[in-house]
Amino acid sequence: MSSLKELSQRKGGITSGHRLCSGCGAGIMARQVMLAAGNYKVVVACATGCLEVATTIYPYSAWKVPWIHNAFENAAATISGVETAYKSLKKQGKIKKDLKFLAFGGDGGTYDIGLQSLSGALERGHDFLYICYDNEAYMNTGIQRSSATPKYAATTTSPYGEVISGKREFRKNITEIVAAHNIPYVAQTAVGYWNDLVTKVEKALEVKGPKFINIFTPCQLGWKYGPEKTLEIGKLAVETGFWPLYEVENGKYKINYKPQEKKPVEEFLKIQKRFNHLFKPERKEKLIQEIQDNIEKGWTELEKKEKCLN
Amino acid sequence: MSKNILHSWKNTPLASRVEEGSSKNFKTGSWRSKKPVHNKEICTNCLQCWINCPDNAIKVKDGNIDKIDYDFCKGCGICAEVCPVKAIEMKNEKDE
Ligand SMILES: Cc1ncc(C[n+]2csc(CCOP(=O)(O)OP(=O)(O)O)c2C)c(N)n1
Ligand code: SF4
Ligand code: SF4
Repeated sequence: MSSLKELSQRKGGITSGHRLCSGCGAGIMARQVMLAAGNYKVVVACATGCLEVATTIYPYSAWKVPWIHNAFENAAATISGVETAYKSLKKQGKIKKDLKFLAFGGDGGTYDIGLQSLSGALERGHDFLYICYDNEAYMNTGIQRSSATPKYAATTTSPYGEVISGKREFRKNITEIVAAHNIPYVAQTAVGYWNDLVTKVEKALEVKGPKFINIFTPCQLGWKYGPEKTLEIGKLAVETGFWPLYEVENGKYKINYKPQEKKPVEEFLKIQKRFNHLFKPERKEKLIQEIQDNIEKGWTELEKKEKCLN
Repeated sequence: MSKNILHSWKNTPLASRVEEGSSKNFKTGSWRSKKPVHNKEICTNCLQCWINCPDNAIKVKDGNIDKIDYDFCKGCGICAEVCPVKAIEMKNEKDE
């Protein structure tokens, strides 16, 4: 683990002047990941999404490392190709440097359209770290639901009204889907926990083979809260058990933080206007309870995995 | 048809070059409606604000907070929220 003083002496990989919204969780996530990677020479590929678009508006770039734009659906395929070319050039003696390979994708680019290319890259065993910054919808195109959008969240394609109360389905558990590829390192972390985030990225970069970190990344525009609340929302997601911080290292599960007493999920829900309809005009107890029960179920399953698989 | 139209991939430029970190030439400070004001007297230099600023707008020198870079700070208020000793105060931009 690196201290903040140490990190502050590193050359960051991403700088000011990008056009992410004020208070955007993706800006925090990207800075922290790139600081954690700051002792290495890295090559980055970014799937289309807010991070990619807002940091590279022509003729500007906020990146201070070799960086590749690619389509929405294939960051993992692109980085596979780069890593393979690197291996070949290294073998031929044409490259001497040691490089690390990083891919960033939003939840749309990872859980949905990029799942196939991600799965392929994991199965082929490329040496790279995939970062999914999960802001729980397609934000860059105007807040459409994705398979990461939580149940009952309102988005432009899962609105609330008399017939439905926001998204009708529970979210997909991509972290477990990735873990099922039996890769050496899989983890979940969140914006609001710089220490956990940096530690996991540093750890992942030391491991050979495919690595995956899923980062809970609040989006003030899509989740509808004041920009100063980004860290608080990340913390509430963890304190309520909505987003457990855990890792799977060579198949062994470890929950990195267990709240002594989990906060009720409504504390997380009620400060985001995307869940407004669960509280106004009248409180929808059944729906809130359904979310709460789902958290308990997920947490119990995770604890069982930690107990059996370690 | 204009003579400038590119006829084949052979005379298409390979790529354009964008300087690393060139977004520094695009100032985002004008987005701000509230301005974080840092008080060095109270600050313990824990660097929590620095690590959590989405815009890399808090400058650190030798492990201490040096200044807030108003050319880029978008005024989100995260730094003021996260500061454990309340050494950053959000003021109205126009009052300053
Ligand atoms: C094949 C394809 N379909 C649609 C788009 C349009 N598009 C650009 S970004 C985006 C949403 C990205 O969502 P996500 O991956 O969740 O990242 P976020 O913007 O939320 O950070 C979409 C649909 C595209 N670029 N390519
Ligand atoms: S829409 Fe959301 S994810 Fe996109 S830049 Fe704004 S806050 Fe960040
Ligand atoms: S207000 Fe936001 S952008 Fe400005 S220095 Fe504080 S955290 Fe950074």
